[in-house]
Amino acid sequence: MDLNDTPEQATYRAEVRAWLEQNASHAPATRGRGDEEEAVAAHRAWQRRLAEAGYVGVTWPAEHGGQGKGPLQQVVINQEIARAGVPGILDAIGVGMLGPTIIAHGSDEQKQRYLAPMLHGDEVWCQLFSEPAAGSDLAGIQTRARQDDDGSWRLSGQKVWTTNAQFASYGLLLARTDPDAHKHKGLTMFAVPMDAEGVTIRPLRQISGEPEFNEVFFDDVKLAPDAAVGPVNGGWGVALTTLMFERLTIGAGSEGMGYRADRFAAAIASDPVAAKDPEVRARFGELATELLALRFTGYRLLTAISRGQIPGPEAGMGKITAVNGAIAAGDLIADVLGPEALDPDSEWSYLISFLPGLKSAGGTEEILRNTVGERVLGLPPEPRLDKGIPFSELRAKERQEVAS
Amino acid sequence: MNFDLSDEQVLLREAARDAFSRVRTIEAAREALEGGELPDLWPTARQAGWTGLLIDEQHGGAGLGAIDAMLVAAEAGRVLASVPLLGHLPATAILAASGFDADVLGRLASGELRAAYVPARPGDDVDPAWTVEPRSGRRRAPAPQISGGAVTGEVAWVPDAIGADLLVVVTVDEAGEPVAVAFEAGAAGVTVESATGVYDATRPLAHVTLDGAHGRALGAGEEELRRAWFLAHALIAAESLGAVEECLQRSVAYAKERYTFGRPIGSYQAIKHALTEVLRRQENTRSLLYYAGWAYDDKPDEFAAAASAARAAGGAALDFAARELISVHGGIGATWEHDAPLFFRRAQLSRRLLGGTGDAVDRLAGELLAV
Repeated sequence: MDLNDTPEQATYRAEVRAWLEQNASHAPATRGRGDEEEAVAAHRAWQRRLAEAGYVGVTWPAEHGGQGKGPLQQVVINQEIARAGVPGILDAIGVGMLGPTIIAHGSDEQKQRYLAPMLHGDEVWCQLFSEPAAGSDLAGIQTRARQDDDGSWRLSGQKVWTTNAQFASYGLLLARTDPDAHKHKGLTMFAVPMDAEGVTIRPLRQISGEPEFNEVFFDDVKLAPDAAVGPVNGGWGVALTTLMFERLTIGAGSEGMGYRADRFAAAIASDPVAAKDPEVRARFGELATELLALRFTGYRLLTAISRGQIPGPEAGMGKITAVNGAIAAGDLIADVLGPEALDPDSEWSYLISFLPGLKSAGGTEEILRNTVGERVLGLPPEPRLDKGIPFSELRAKERQEVAS
Repeated sequence: MNFDLSDEQVLLREAARDAFSRVRTIEAAREALEGGELPDLWPTARQAGWTGLLIDEQHGGAGLGAIDAMLVAAEAGRVLASVPLLGHLPATAILAASGFDADVLGRLASGELRAAYVPARPGDDVDPAWTVEPRSGRRRAPAPQISGGAVTGEVAWVPDAIGADLLVVVTVDEAGEPVAVAFEAGAAGVTVESATGVYDATRPLAHVTLDGAHGRALGAGEEELRRAWFLAHALIAAESLGAVEECLQRSVAYAKERYTFGRPIGSYQAIKHALTEVLRRQENTRSLLYYAGWAYDDKPDEFAAAASAARAAGGAALDFAARELISVHGGIGATWEHDAPLFFRRAQLSRRLLGGTGDAVDRLAGELLAV
């Protein structure tokens, strides 16, 4: 076992570190409360600077502006960015998940048109998958795209939990194109310009008071005939690619979530009475066990990634450990510091308010456990009432049941 | 970055699994509760070279590290095998670090002689004193005292001391500094009183009493004696990991074949989610054991925290896994004929040894909060 870099990685790390030292003065503040437009502009410029140095989309193939490197080089960049205390790129969702999906499923024209501006931060992308009535059961989405005779599309529906929608140029959107097909069969993925007529974006404030997400409404939005990414009615396979890259992004970024035992330890140790209190120690020791396990499970995951393996659903267990460990930490810190911990300017206040939502983000704990139980442990699935039924009939049945 | 077992380590693990599979250890564990003899696995350990795992090659050992020892312990734990490595390995680590007689080290490495570690708990950020297990209660006993070459004191609940040829006792001198002292079996003033068979017959325990006993003071320093304590913790955690894996495998197999209300019970979320929780705890324990193994060689400053975290995670994981094994099987899982109670018994006793998992949790907190 060796957590050190190979000579090749060490060279790369030194190069990234030197570049960051020279350029860190151009980085925007990590979390500001000032004018959002200005903050986004500064962050966009920072992504462009990183892209021009070759540090954005390093795993993308060279023909699409990437560096054709492995995920471990991406990890090195993430680690060095965290170490330098500067923010990462503005469009991590686009570059990490949506760009790779377009590379895998998009047409040559789409790759030509979309990838370079995405990489440079000129055009930010957002992910338009979840809906108010379809989260865990993503294939149950109802946003509808209908094709006109001239081949163009008309889009109507609502998406939710959309990060970055307020300044995104495009969204990758999953819509239902054949309601008479079975649930997973009638879906298509689209590239949607966010400034199109009929698109409405509303901020969605969270417990912290800050709008982390948006809800996005589509009212008869017209899309060009070539807006579909991947095959028409083959959108589920495209969505699975995105979700696979999501796991890879979470896996490669597990250390960067900031939920580290030593960070919480520093807050508790600042009170010498708390640091010697048996109850505080028992609670802290338990949660530190979880967070240390998270960190070293992350290294096992990175080892697998560096060997070319794609993390399986078990990677999702790390999210459960991280969220519950951090919830326990926030709770303990509030018990130690008292009401001061909940002061709006306290870093703990934000963390405490943010975590309940994170429990559901990227897959609820319950759905992650179902997936792991079935795909990793091989346990039989729950009986399903939605198999083999056209989606339109399924919806009608659901409505009828609720009404009775 | 390579945070995985090497090919050699995978082979070592497979060889251990294979060696234990030839003995009916789980049946023996039940029979031993009713007075039956446990199979002697020391010859197996000798043949496999585990006895010299932590002794360098120059002295006839394998010169391997803590992670290799943990891999063997995990395989022993998987089948509840009673092999006295928990006592022998930390003792040999202390003896080897002390530059003990080459001849004796060679005989320990080959397994001709067996040693047992009589542990003392290093002080921490709250109380700097070295202490040992009491026979009963929460108040820790002072470590045996060495004065004028004679050692006096008692250490309760010592694993693997019965039948050992050499006892490596951690004592404190008049200044409170730790000193390891080696005693030959049967030395005057040394009593090893069996405390075995109370709950988990596969875990031979003894109360060791020293009454003005004269042994040989060893050269190992404080750092090595701290290390031995945490190595023992890591080995207990590793045994737990193996047992958790076995519990999970058996629970999953049963959840697939047992039907209620027309479907396998493993299809219900209540069962599925509980078993994924066993898996989550199992993998967390594995990661922390890798951390401990890596820290033992490469980050000695973090070994105490790493081994304590592994012990905390492994103890809780085994308790959870054994209880799930019982409840997935329903009433039958709580009967004497079933194997589940054997894993449950292992979980309950193991969690209380060497300060218990609660002490490991506190140690981890202390290590991280004191920085």
